[in-house]
Amino acid sequence: MALDQSFVGRSYPPTPAYEVGREKIREFAEAIGDPNPAYTDPEAAKAFGHPDVIAPPTFAFAITYKAAGLVIADPELGLDYSRVVHGDQKFAYTRPVRAGDRLTVTSTIETVKSLAGNDILDVRGEVHDESGEHVVTAWTKLVARAADPAQDGDV
Amino acid sequence: MTATVAYDEVEVGTELPAQSFPVTRATLVQYAGASGDFNPIHWNEKFARSVGLPDVIAHGMFTMASAARVVTDWVGDPGAVVDYGVRFTKPVVVPNDDEGALIEVTAKVAVKLDDNLVRVDLVAMSAGQKVLGMSRAVVRLA
Repeated sequence: MALDQSFVGRSYPPTPAYEVGREKIREFAEAIGDPNPAYTDPEAAKAFGHPDVIAPPTFAFAITYKAAGLVIADPELGLDYSRVVHGDQKFAYTRPVRAGDRLTVTSTIETVKSLAGNDILDVRGEVHDESGEHVVTAWTKLVARAADPAQDGDV
Repeated sequence: MTATVAYDEVEVGTELPAQSFPVTRATLVQYAGASGDFNPIHWNEKFARSVGLPDVIAHGMFTMASAARVVTDWVGDPGAVVDYGVRFTKPVVVPNDDEGALIEVTAKVAVKLDDNLVRVDLVAMSAGQKVLGMSRAVVRLA
């Protein structure tokens, strides 16, 4: 089930804007059990120099992974989603995501390869705000495990 | 961004306060809802086993978020994190009992960079296994 190599370098059009809400950030912060007031209290966030509450560093993944989902689900690529685990994840931030942001994601396939029967896919998601300024880039490595299950990784 | 830790006061090898994060099935259901990641390997053990996993496993991104807290609790302002990456080396297996699993995170300053930046290297363990490898955050200190 080798992946289609011609997908390397392919970029997908920017997603429709995702509007970041204060209550969504609160819900996410509660789900990771993180009481940092910068996530829920606008005054605390302002004391740190942010115009509104900010999102935890990994929050952006919820947006970029949804965008990457369009890539993953592309039947021409041939990825077996039922066997996909998360290999690596990296973020580079120009600034934190914050309430009121309207964010778009542009996904690019960086790597497609097969290793020891596993299919490996690297997707880069560039996140920009409404004014076109860069906010964060997320790199996601997905591994579709070979039918003989490996112990490594998770999603 | 305003960190509360001063660059001049840390050295290579400075240890950040370690933390442990309990994870139960309820934690994973809540995280699934908040993150939008409803992959059944995180809540359905029948499905998890059918794809070769030992049991339900935590979202890797939950583990990554937990590990980040060791850094963000240290610096105060989460916006001080400029770069953060991990490798998911082993799954955090979460049994269906009252205790669940425990993610234990340690971190130390590995490199002092220019511009008040430091690189913090993190280690996350669960059930005696390293669950995050190559785990690094670059943060801007005061």
